[in-house]
Amino acid sequence: MTYKLLIVDDSKLARMAAAKAMNSLYPDWSRVEAANADEAIKLSQAGAFDVALLDFNMPGRDGLQLAAELRSAHPTMPLAVISANHQDEIVAKAKAIGAAFLPKPLTEQALGEFLQGALRQLQAMGK
Amino acid sequence: MTSNASGALTDLQLDALTELVNIGVSRAAHSLREMVGAQVHLSVPTVKLVNRSEAIGILSAREVSNLVAVHQIFEGDIVGRALVIFPEMKSLELVRAITGGDLPLEDIIELEQEALAETGNILLNSCLATIANMLKRNLKMSLPEVLRGNAATFFNLPPPPDAGDIVMFLYINFAVREHDISGYIAMIMDLPSITSLTHLLDDFIQRTTA
Repeated sequence: MTYKLLIVDDSKLARMAAAKAMNSLYPDWSRVEAANADEAIKLSQAGAFDVALLDFNMPGRDGLQLAAELRSAHPTMPLAVISANHQDEIVAKAKAIGAAFLPKPLTEQALGEFLQGALRQLQAMGK
Repeated sequence: MTSNASGALTDLQLDALTELVNIGVSRAAHSLREMVGAQVHLSVPTVKLVNRSEAIGILSAREVSNLVAVHQIFEGDIVGRALVIFPEMKSLELVRAITGGDLPLEDIIELEQEALAETGNILLNSCLATIANMLKRNLKMSLPEVLRGNAATFFNLPPPPDAGDIVMFLYINFAVREHDISGYIAMIMDLPSITSLTHLLDDFIQRTTA
């Protein structure tokens, strides 16, 4: 079973870096990309992905606001907020929303650990 | 952004640089959070290649009061200046936040210079060290120096650049709402350093995406 991953980041380079890690970890998964929260919400309404990686510091709504919106629309979807800004308040807010927190720059190892958990969760839900 | 200055970097190079600054400043915000004990809010960073007068214009338009800056020179494959800039009236508030708020005003005033230098040093080092590591280069940092004045003072520090008048101005606003503290981080480089930087960015892009 393969899944679809959403990558949201205002930086094209950061999206390319996440895509590179994905190609190495789960080359058979497909991906969609968004440069901001509005684009991500549009994709979410179309039901276009199973797992989402959200940059925190973006123009418009930040990754935590986006995570909260996605969480209310998709209560069980695996979500991760990505930032180099690992201040306690941000990590705690991500946890409270039910999103993982991954440090930036994103490493293949950190992404791999998050996706393993996401995979177990998706399979347990019978997806 | 002027057309002659903005052409120095491609869109992807500018994107990569903005992302490096974002990561560097985010780490610096974490250090500041540890010092003041309250969340530090960051704006989305803006990276602009402008000349000195435009840099002065951008900062003057946002901040009309007197400013205080902590300034450090960095040297290596790229050479330039990095500044943390606060409105002067907020600098005592920053010292108060860092020292815990129990000290009498005269002690705070006495400590201000030293506390500003140290705070600036931590912010700039954590930002520049992150960027240098990601570019796989070593940057040597000078000791921090506290400057007072306005945007024109900070962007016209002697000696003037040898080559051209184009500078890179990276700015990001940070705010500690509980203490009414906010400020900017800016970096200035001359044209030869920007040329070296484009090569380092190309290597970085290659490593990150290929």
